[in-house]
Amino acid sequence: MLKKKPKEAPEINGGAMADIAFLLLIFFLVATTIASDKGVTVMLPPKAEKTDVKVKERNVFNIIINSQDMILAQEEQINDLGHMREMVKKFVLNQGKDSKSSESPEKAIISLKTDRGTSYDMYISVVDELKLAYAEMRAAAVGLPLEDFQNLDKDKPAQKEKLDKAKDLIPYKVSDAEPTEI
Amino acid sequence: MATFKKKTKTKQDIPTSALPDIIFMLLFFFMIATTFRESELLVKNSLPQASELTKLEKKSLVSYIYIGEPTDKKNGTEARIQVNDVLISTDQIVQHVISEKDKLGEDGNKITMSLKIDKEAKMGIISDVRQELREANALKVNYAANKKLRLD
Repeated sequence: MLKKKPKEAPEINGGAMADIAFLLLIFFLVATTIASDKGVTVMLPPKAEKTDVKVKERNVFNIIINSQDMILAQEEQINDLGHMREMVKKFVLNQGKDSKSSESPEKAIISLKTDRGTSYDMYISVVDELKLAYAEMRAAAVGLPLEDFQNLDKDKPAQKEKLDKAKDLIPYKVSDAEPTEI
Repeated sequence: MATFKKKTKTKQDIPTSALPDIIFMLLFFFMIATTFRESELLVKNSLPQASELTKLEKKSLVSYIYIGEPTDKKNGTEARIQVNDVLISTDQIVQHVISEKDKLGEDGNKITMSLKIDKEAKMGIISDVRQELREANALKVNYAANKKLRLD
């Protein structure tokens, strides 16, 4: 009897596996999108029941954007949104010192008026700037750096308390006025 | 002089057996990190940029409205509103919101409307939509935007 040679383990050719995986990969790359569900959240006012709320002139910060995307804030033309942010902060945190600015942060209202021809891009930039102004003021009100404040997690009670406190001190009051037709 | 032929012991081919594993890893990443397009877009939709973003929390409570110029010239060049797979007019929004709220049942009032608006759209149509949403009592609105990095 011949002595059998020890058999080598049979190898399976796995070269094509990479190709198959590539095919699947490319399918998923093409057919799906990376979910980007983020945005600027706002609460709309409830449907108006013709209530005339009297607001003192000095407590309103007027922002008007026209159809050429030019911004007018408190009768001053704005070319730099960062400057507008400073103006808003100064206005809200006035605490009654300047007779032309707000009496207190609770009473301050930002009125944002747009034209039908205003571009959405410009509108979002302005809203974003207002949100940032308020975030900065809130962060300062609870004594945290802006970044730490933005990372507060409202699911944790201790951190939620801080957020609520900040919201009480500096309520976000921005009203979208009805657009004008020009 | 005797010459010695050097026997090369190194194998010529590179082992490629790990390649499929790497590709599979990539594949799984994409399978998890991405989602299928929910509806085919009939309007242009490039989102604006903003830095103060909030993440939408409960996906099931979110309903989307797309606004932008139609990609198909047959539908005109004015910005239009798209929900699900159809273009609708402004006065059909209330109807749409009510049916979306019905789908959610008890949580109907917690609905968030995510407005995916093309950055070239004009405020006119957007404020019309906003009025309709107030009419339908869907007050929580999210303007979808992409992350912008601030340099200051």
